[in-house]
Amino acid sequence: MKFRRQFRHSLCIGAAAVAGLFTTTVHAATEVQFWHAFTGRLGELVAEQVETFNSSQSDFEVVASHKGNYSETLNAGIAAFRAKEQPHILMVFEVGTATMMSAKGAVKPVFEVMADAGAEFDADAYIGSVKGYYTTTDGEMLSLPFNSSTPVLWVNKDALKEAGVDPEVDLSTWQKVDEVLTKVHAAGSKCPMTTAWQSWIHLENLSAYHNTPFATKDNGFAGVDTELAFNSELQVKHIQTMGDWAKDGKFMYAGRRNEGGANFRAGECALFTESSAGYAGIKAEAKFDFAVRPLPYWEGTEGAPQNTIIGGASLWAMAGHSDDEYKGVATFLNFLSSDDIQAKWHQDTGYLPITAAAGEKTKADGFYDDNPGTDIAVIQMTANAPTANSKGLRLGAFDQIRGIIDEELEAVWSGDKDAQTAMDSAVERGNKLLRRFEQANK
Amino acid sequence: MEKRVTFKGWKLPLLLIFPQLLISVVFFFYPAGQAIWQSLFIPDPFGLSSQFVGLGNFEFLLSDQYYRASFLTTAIFSILVTVVSMVVALFLAVMADRLIKGAGVYRTLLIWPYAVAPAVAGVLWLFMFNTRVGVVSWYVGLLGYDWNHVLNGGEAMGLVVVASSWGRISYNFLFFFAALQAVPKSVIEAAAIDGARFWRRFFTIVLPLLSPTVFFLLVVNIVYAFFETFGVIHTITSGGPQQSTTILVYKVFSDGFVGQDLGSSAAQSVVLLVLVGALTIVQFKFIEKRVHY
Repeated sequence: MKFRRQFRHSLCIGAAAVAGLFTTTVHAATEVQFWHAFTGRLGELVAEQVETFNSSQSDFEVVASHKGNYSETLNAGIAAFRAKEQPHILMVFEVGTATMMSAKGAVKPVFEVMADAGAEFDADAYIGSVKGYYTTTDGEMLSLPFNSSTPVLWVNKDALKEAGVDPEVDLSTWQKVDEVLTKVHAAGSKCPMTTAWQSWIHLENLSAYHNTPFATKDNGFAGVDTELAFNSELQVKHIQTMGDWAKDGKFMYAGRRNEGGANFRAGECALFTESSAGYAGIKAEAKFDFAVRPLPYWEGTEGAPQNTIIGGASLWAMAGHSDDEYKGVATFLNFLSSDDIQAKWHQDTGYLPITAAAGEKTKADGFYDDNPGTDIAVIQMTANAPTANSKGLRLGAFDQIRGIIDEELEAVWSGDKDAQTAMDSAVERGNKLLRRFEQANK
Repeated sequence: MEKRVTFKGWKLPLLLIFPQLLISVVFFFYPAGQAIWQSLFIPDPFGLSSQFVGLGNFEFLLSDQYYRASFLTTAIFSILVTVVSMVVALFLAVMADRLIKGAGVYRTLLIWPYAVAPAVAGVLWLFMFNTRVGVVSWYVGLLGYDWNHVLNGGEAMGLVVVASSWGRISYNFLFFFAALQAVPKSVIEAAAIDGARFWRRFFTIVLPLLSPTVFFLLVVNIVYAFFETFGVIHTITSGGPQQSTTILVYKVFSDGFVGQDLGSSAAQSVVLLVLVGALTIVQFKFIEKRVHY
């Protein structure tokens, strides 16, 4: 690849020399490789952003390549680094953050890229709870937030009406949700509630939203010697409640990822906890009247509702490239966070705007008035200044820990285990992986 | 009298086996050696540093009750896949062997599924048994059975066994069918004249004559169930619900490529290498004795 790039480079010089005989304005653009994980509509939107960037200037050319889903893209980046053929920019999902952070020598922090390139960069322009996930405890930004979303409650108003429940009913707390689910279930619904991304919504976000630690050491931000802590009273109460709902037929489990989305979009389920980025799909497919509500919280828990945390991905600059190329990286990252590009991205996808200015612009465009509920995620994220418990999570081997949590939650939904036993077991198993991660990254 | 051809000197024979040796070294001994070497370390994912832990990775694995449970899961899964795919294939081959008309069409149709990649086969079966839109789950729902392999471990295991066996039946069918054609007609006719019925002829004459094929398929199918069913499990259950379909090879993948824990992943590969090697030796030593060539 390197060889090929050199070859292509010399080819370019050759071509430039030939062209130079006729014109003097030709010069080669520096290539910036960008590996991402988006397909479908999101893939098209990314391609559009890249195209806009490339045609807006002539010094740099960004080449975007799709490398599979989130896990596969991270693996491709790691394998490429080991073979010394890493791209300039790699998209890494939020659970891979700790892995990337520990890889000093493999990545070049964004604040450094910006400083070295002499690019204008104001870390404070980014929304606190988005930025917090990707900055050090000193406030230095390591990777650029790209697509961020947060969980909200999706409501099928028609299904509520059919069950004789006022579609505008108060669903702000889990206590009230329980009452509604009981009514909807009694009216004969097979799926009063379902969820996507169970660990992210019902444990990670639940903890942050109630200002309760998910793990020790500020959820891992303060050190790799962190231990999981989601087997405390709040989380166990919540999971046990959902387990009881599952037993009573008030909660239907559809799968570990977003399988439940198909049921909700088909109109089978009344309530659905899912990412705010589910907006595009639900708007396109739902043939019923739907609404977005803030994620419910447990009334009576001190500090709730705090703020929810994000999911999604950020862009990492990989180490080992030339200064000229990093200048291209800095220019492209700045372009992505510019107001117009961010506002459009936010409105097209339902992902959060990563800068406050892009949010303002969307409001000024009148988008929130035309699409009620699309600002709920933004409000929910920015309502309170993030605390040590709600800044985010930084845990090694987290993709696998989520797998363990999924397994233990399944045991609760099927009635094989009670919530306390399952959470204790998940914490114990997860801690073993954290210790291995700590050992690997000494 | 046995006739033997021998080479003079050793250059030509060495040259002749060289390609095979080269392939074995490059594609087998070298990676296996690497796996053994890596299993002694805990590296970070990017290969920036690694620490020597001796047999620490193996200790970590064997002290993990979920890893130990995965042996049992693998045993159940492999036995089921092997038995189901061989018994069904043999039955179909015996039936096809009796056909006079349309044997060609029947044969071709039966071999077809072998051309389907395991991951694609996984998706096909997943669609049929999807708890929401699946044809089969809808039908069993009508019969009053609530199919939900997302939460029910037994159903999930059944589904991955069926999906893994399906493509394999074609492969086994091919070998059984060829072997059946090679059974001398005169022997069967002689037995028929003696008054032996079809199934009696099958069990006392045909099956013993098929034993080399049965043995070969037994070895090949067990290796298949151990290593190549990964795609099916990945697409259908990802090892769940809980850990009911996490077989050893799937754990190698998920620890190595989801967890980025290459040390543990390498150690698991070594365990698998030893296990399957031992299994194959056992098969050759004890089962092959009962085979009549």
